[in-house]
Amino acid sequence: MSQDNGGSDPSFGDRLKAARSKQGLDAPPAQSLSDKDAPGGSPWGIGMRVGVELVSALVVAVAIGYGLDRIFHTTPILTAVFVPLGGAAGVANLWRLFAPKS
Amino acid sequence: MAAEGSNSIDALGQFQLHPALGPIGGSVNFTQSNLMMVLAGGLILGLLWVGMKPRAMVPGRLQAAAELGYETIMSMCLETIGPEGRRYFPLVFTLFFFILFGNLLGVFPYFFTFTSHIMVTLALTLLVFVLVTVVGLREHGLHWFSYFLPQGIPMALAPLLVVIEVISYLSRIISLSVRLFANMMAGHVMLEVFGAFIVMLGGLGLLGYLPAALALGLNTVLIGFELLVATLQAYVFAVLTCIYLHDAVHLH
Repeated sequence: MSQDNGGSDPSFGDRLKAARSKQGLDAPPAQSLSDKDAPGGSPWGIGMRVGVELVSALVVAVAIGYGLDRIFHTTPILTAVFVPLGGAAGVANLWRLFAPKS
Repeated sequence: MAAEGSNSIDALGQFQLHPALGPIGGSVNFTQSNLMMVLAGGLILGLLWVGMKPRAMVPGRLQAAAELGYETIMSMCLETIGPEGRRYFPLVFTLFFFILFGNLLGVFPYFFTFTSHIMVTLALTLLVFVLVTVVGLREHGLHWFSYFLPQGIPMALAPLLVVIEVISYLSRIISLSVRLFANMMAGHVMLEVFGAFIVMLGGLGLLGYLPAALALGLNTVLIGFELLVATLQAYVFAVLTCIYLHDAVHLH
């Protein structure tokens, strides 16, 4: 159903966008969205995001390792294997968040 | 309720659930949290229904609010997900306004913030997570699993990186839910603590009036800050949902 009105909408959307940008109406939302993607924002927000991303990856990794240990009765080994992997996944999360966009 | 003893602050008591709507609500375990969810849903529907009723060319205040909300979320979907974003607009719109109204209603006295419970935010996050996975599988079939294999890496590293990518993918559940929950809970705990300071210092007599006034001023500032956090966190939740949908639709 989205295909049907897809034919007429883009041209109208394009014209509307051109008209809006000529009037200078579109500039503020576009800028605020790029601010959101970039690591800008308040320092408190950045710290919150970094902390949440790192810790959540670690929590998931510990949960997986502990669960697998319980299943295979290898208690400390798999948890110990998954904790560094979780840390790496957290750093990967951060890289995806703050990597310079080309 | 804040300071029963003279030196105890019950900062977490505000998050306890109580049955609402009398004995009927009690028998089906309908809590004040559920009541706020129903209220938030009703207010959103009311805003859209009453606001869009005039269908005026030059919108009034309510119609402008409804149209602004529609256009903001629509442009967010289209810019973040791409042209396919139109299909996911209803989901993102519903999530954004449900969370926004939940956060904002919690700022009013005697009201309850249902987004301050991890169970609620976790349920919302699981909905998004399962939906994103299903969308990815439906769009790409089994090819979707190549999402977990970053492009251009040496094959020797593949087993390690696949595990890391899977953990990173699963960690979205935790990060998305904890971010919203922690922000809302932290704000309300701070309000409660400084509110208790006002009562305690005010009880000290003449000496306590000035610090109590300071705490009251700080609480006023915190309410404003809480309004900012409420809007921002609803926006962040919606934007991250869009980004995850973009990943599912486009693979990278």
